[in-house]
Amino acid sequence: MNVVEARDVRVQYERVTALDGVNLTLTSGIALGIVGPNGSGKSTLLKAIAGLVLPAAGTVTVFGRSPRDLPPGTIGYVPQIEDVDWQFPANVRDVVAMGRYPRLGPFARFGAEDRAAVDRALAALDLTALAQRHISQLSGGQQQRAFVARAIAQEPKLLLLDEPTTGVDAATEDALMHLIRSLVKNGLPVLMTTHDLDRAPEWFDRLIVVDRRVLADGDPATVLEGGTYSAIREHTHVHGHLRADRGPE
Amino acid sequence: MSGILAPFAFEFMQRAFVAALVVGLLCSMMGTYVVLRKLAFIGDGLAHASFAGIAIAYLRGLNYAFGAGVVAVVTALSIGFVHRRAKVSLDTSIGVLFTGAFALGIFVMSRSARSTVDLQSYLFGDILGVSRGDLIVIVVLALLVAFVVASLYRPLLYTSFDPTVAQASGIHATFVDDVLLVLLSLTIIVSLQSVGIILVAALLVTPAAAAAQLTRRFVPMLLLSGVFGIISSVGGLYLSYELRSASGATIVLLATLIFFASIGVSAVRRRRVSP
Repeated sequence: MNVVEARDVRVQYERVTALDGVNLTLTSGIALGIVGPNGSGKSTLLKAIAGLVLPAAGTVTVFGRSPRDLPPGTIGYVPQIEDVDWQFPANVRDVVAMGRYPRLGPFARFGAEDRAAVDRALAALDLTALAQRHISQLSGGQQQRAFVARAIAQEPKLLLLDEPTTGVDAATEDALMHLIRSLVKNGLPVLMTTHDLDRAPEWFDRLIVVDRRVLADGDPATVLEGGTYSAIREHTHVHGHLRADRGPE
Repeated sequence: MSGILAPFAFEFMQRAFVAALVVGLLCSMMGTYVVLRKLAFIGDGLAHASFAGIAIAYLRGLNYAFGAGVVAVVTALSIGFVHRRAKVSLDTSIGVLFTGAFALGIFVMSRSARSTVDLQSYLFGDILGVSRGDLIVIVVLALLVAFVVASLYRPLLYTSFDPTVAQASGIHATFVDDVLLVLLSLTIIVSLQSVGIILVAALLVTPAAAAAQLTRRFVPMLLLSGVFGIISSVGGLYLSYELRSASGATIVLLATLIFFASIGVSAVRRRRVSP
């Protein structure tokens, strides 16, 4: 069974078409990179797969089911550093522990296995020393790592990451991608958006270029050599935002 | 009985103290979610909206809690529905619906020839008038709310902090939101007779806001808010007996005092940490 299958997906925000005619299949155990200019619908594609936005047309299935009908805990999602309330009464460990919540039924105990998963996730993201620190006292990169740790603690069957390397230093980026590669090696399918074209060939097994639709798809080096991405980026630079060119549908 | 135990000599005072204890604890613990989710305006709105239910129930000779409950729950769910479907911002949708329902209550009352004295007690609270039957309703509803909150403890906490990621990971965030609004409605109904429509919002916000000044973890905030809620409601009721003042107002004033004391303590602590 395919991990992700998107067929003719169109996503509409009011009068703006974010995605149109997107087809994508993802098989197990590979890391798929998603690149595209700002506003190209990369994040929307992840949200559609996570069941956070519903397609206006077409279908998205994850493990053969609609994303909203999956067993709790199936999809791990790391959004771009978002506007959560950083004053929320929680330390780093509390936030990472939330990753276990979807699996726990009402009145279920937060058991030894859950604590061990949280410990492992904290260690994997080098957050053990910061575990008791309040989330408002973290740097941007540390906040990003805490959110990745929460997704890892969840032990998902599919991991979606939205530009997790944006705003982190080079060392953290390397550590993060090393961790993601090791998860992929153990069979976890990963979808990740990025702006970093230079590193894409070493990070991903497969790369797609998205600009409202999938413009190129294949081996990262081949896709980048094909020039699709540089062409649309050029176009964006010369003519301003692509959305403005096309106008509302 | 004499001295400090004097108020407990009367059966109606005993009932009032039990009601105060339950209401103080329930409101302040629900208030933790109200404060963290920034729902203070909803709490106020639902309390006002329930007035329509009270007015209609009163004129039809029905149980007030039933009338208030139906209207508050319907309003709570409509607020969510209008917000999501009509793409109206949440505070606007609350503003429209709660004033509408409150106006309906006044409209219904104004067309009736019956006395409005009893309804006054719902606006300002009349904890001394809590009957044995009222007390049973209060306790049963409070236990129901507590049970549902306990069973949804983790989804409530996760969606309070990060609804988007909670939803992606398989928690039905909108369902949890709707359940919370219904629980909030029930909490308000439980509290109406004790503190009244105008003041119930304070018990939903003030103890939790005071607790948030003193701790940065969720469970301690929940517990501390509960302690502040009980001190306010039971202490306020006791003071109102001694001072011969309105109970609802005294309860809320005591809660307000605790809030400012917490801000003071928090400020002193911060100064010690960073001189």
